[in-house]
Formats: sequence, structure tokens, C-alpha cells
Amino acid sequence: MEIPYTVSARPDTGLYNAKVGIWLFLASEVMLFGGLFSAYVFLRVGALPGYWPHGFLNVPVGTFNTLILIGSSVTVVLAWAALKMRQFMRYKFYMAITILCGILFLTIKLTYEWPAKFHHFGAFIKKDSLAKYEPYLGNNYLAAKGLTQRVEITGDLENEDALKDDSITEYDIRMDAVNADPTNPESDRPTFWQRPVSDKVAMVDKADVEYASMFYPRHSAFFSTYFLITGLHGLHVLGGIIVFTYFWLPVGANLYKKNPEHLANRIEVVGLFWHFVDLVWIFVFPLFYLL
Amino acid sequence: MEHPPSEHSHAPHPDTAHHVDQHVKGYLAVGAVLGLCTLLTVGLSFVNFGTQNANIIVAMVVATFKAGLVAAIFMHLKSEKWTIYRFLLITLVFAIGLFALTALAFSNPIRLN
Repeated sequence: MEIPYTVSARPDTGLYNAKVGIWLFLASEVMLFGGLFSAYVFLRVGALPGYWPHGFLNVPVGTFNTLILIGSSVTVVLAWAALKMRQFMRYKFYMAITILCGILFLTIKLTYEWPAKFHHFGAFIKKDSLAKYEPYLGNNYLAAKGLTQRVEITGDLENEDALKDDSITEYDIRMDAVNADPTNPESDRPTFWQRPVSDKVAMVDKADVEYASMFYPRHSAFFSTYFLITGLHGLHVLGGIIVFTYFWLPVGANLYKKNPEHLANRIEVVGLFWHFVDLVWIFVFPLFYLL
Repeated sequence: MEHPPSEHSHAPHPDTAHHVDQHVKGYLAVGAVLGLCTLLTVGLSFVNFGTQNANIIVAMVVATFKAGLVAAIFMHLKSEKWTIYRFLLITLVFAIGLFALTALAFSNPIRLN
């Protein structure tokens, strides 16, 4: 049995069926990501002063990934346009670039961005002990300038055994520049280029620590929402790559031979999904990387 | 079932080809604008607008503009059928409701004391 309205428009909707289907799916996706962004707003607005971190994510890498995704949105629409003009080889070319852009985006995220976080450490200092760590926090300096206090010392954990071994009473943290030199005006706000970890090591008593963790989702509301939303977004990118690759393989050529407009419509539908993925990232990037 | 001339054809319909060819230049231009807006977002995030909230508003205005371009041009919402607009209107109502629930949490309408 032939599936109806894969190419021509259904009279009552004025659209081919797959287009109706993808838009209904995207409507559900808006609610899915809407719920997560809503949770982000709730957690961020409710965070106590100093407990919503800034400057932990790599802005140049995030910017590069954003440009990659935008570039892929352009190439996928060009691939669709090539099919409409019956230029199959051009379609294959633009689709190949789109697939490579998607793979590059995911590779950067999974092999660089996320692992870099997993090797970083932060210790939230108890309220009563903040004064003791003033040389690393610079809260008097920040208060004088009307800036938000710091409550966390971050950097590379020199003695990772301290995370599991209760007999070790302190964390030895090779500090980030912001804690190594907290009264430097450069530390007031995040910078475009991340400053390297310093050589200064802070010995932080576990008794003074409210909570400490590597930069895993459990580290903070920030990282739990960051990993959840970018993870879910990454799965969408992966889904897009799989479908694009399917239509790039001989399946696409065979369909093109049978009915080029059918392939064009399928690419338009996957393209709509891909643009939605791009659209989500347009909000993810500033909310997590920049603000 | 009747099809327009180009639907099964491997030669493009002359009108379609001309129409799409015109759009291609537009897609490239939109891509360039989106790239520039990304750099603008990054640049503006390092400008001190006085408060953190002001910076958030500026970044969200640019992001909404970018999202609007993607939706209108790449997703063809600029000239789409009413069926799609109806879907999106309903989605918009529910999405606003979702965010309103979050706002409700902060207004704390159920005060016990």
C-alpha cells in the first residue's frame, strides 16, 4: 500500500503529511526543552548569591561550536534547495558538510568540553569559614566594589584521594586564577580567554567545606542543568546526523531516482528538525557560556 | 492522484528553480547575519550594562532575533500554511503557561503566615 500525501499536499491541511508530523513533533519538543529552560530559570533565580557560577565554560570553544551549528543549518537548507533544483551531486556535497559539522560539534563537546569539566574541582566554603579563606576569595574587595561574593575555591585537585579517603583532612587545590589572585580586577568578571590554572595551591580543611565535588552534574544546579540540557541537545544532534547519513547513503540516491520530490520533502522535514536543534542552541549558548 | 509537473521529474519546474535560486542567496545572507549576531552576543556579554539582569536582557534580545531568523527563513515560517501556525499558536500558549508556573513559584501566592 502506498503511503498517501508523501509528495503532494493533502487538500484539507494544504501540506504533505510528513510536514504536519514534524511540526507536531517539534511542538512537543518546544515543551520538552521549555520545561528544562523553565527549570533553569527557577534554579538560577533561586540561587543564593555566589552559588551560580560564571566563567567555568570555555567561551571561544562555545562560540566556535555555535558557528559550526549555524553553518550546518545553512548547508542543510542549501542541500534541500539543490534537490528542488534537481542537482543531486550538489545535494550530496552540502549534506556531507552538514554531517561533518554535526560530527565536529559532538566531537568537541564529548572529547574536550565535557572531559575538561570532569577534571576540575570545586569546594564550597562554609559560611562561618569564609573569612578564613579571604586571601583566596577576596570578598572584602568584592563587597567594596558592590560585586557578588565568592563562596567556592576551584581548580585542579592535587590529592584526588581526598574525595574518597576520610582520613585525609584537607583538599589540596591548585587554584584557578580567580582564586589565586582574587583582588585582580581581571577576576571581577569572566574573560573571553580562560586564564590558565595557577601554580598556587590552597590547602582547604574539609571541616571548612560545605560541599565539594569535581565538576560533575552533582557539583551544582548550574552543572546539573548544563549537562542535562547540553546532553539532551547532543542526543538531538546525534539523531540528526544518523538521519542525514541515512539519506546521504544509497537510500537517498534510490529515492531520488524514483521520485526526486519525495527525497526533497524528506530532507526538508529532517532539515526542520535540524534548524530546531540549532534554535535551541542559540539560547543554550548565551545562557550557559556567557551570562 | 495528480502531481504538479516537476514532482516526479528529474528536471526542475522552471518556476521552482527560479524561486529556489533566489532563496539561496537569502539563505547565505541569513547565515552570515546569524554568524555576526553570534559574535555580537559574545562581545556584548563582556560589556558591563550595569547589572547582570541588563546583560541577560540584551543577550536574550539578540538570541530571540537570531531564533526568529532561523524560524522565519530557514524553517520557512515566513510563508507557511495556517495549519502550522495553528499548531504553533497552541504550543506558544502552553509554553507561556509553563513559564508562568515558574513565575508563580516566585510570587509565592500560598503564604502560611
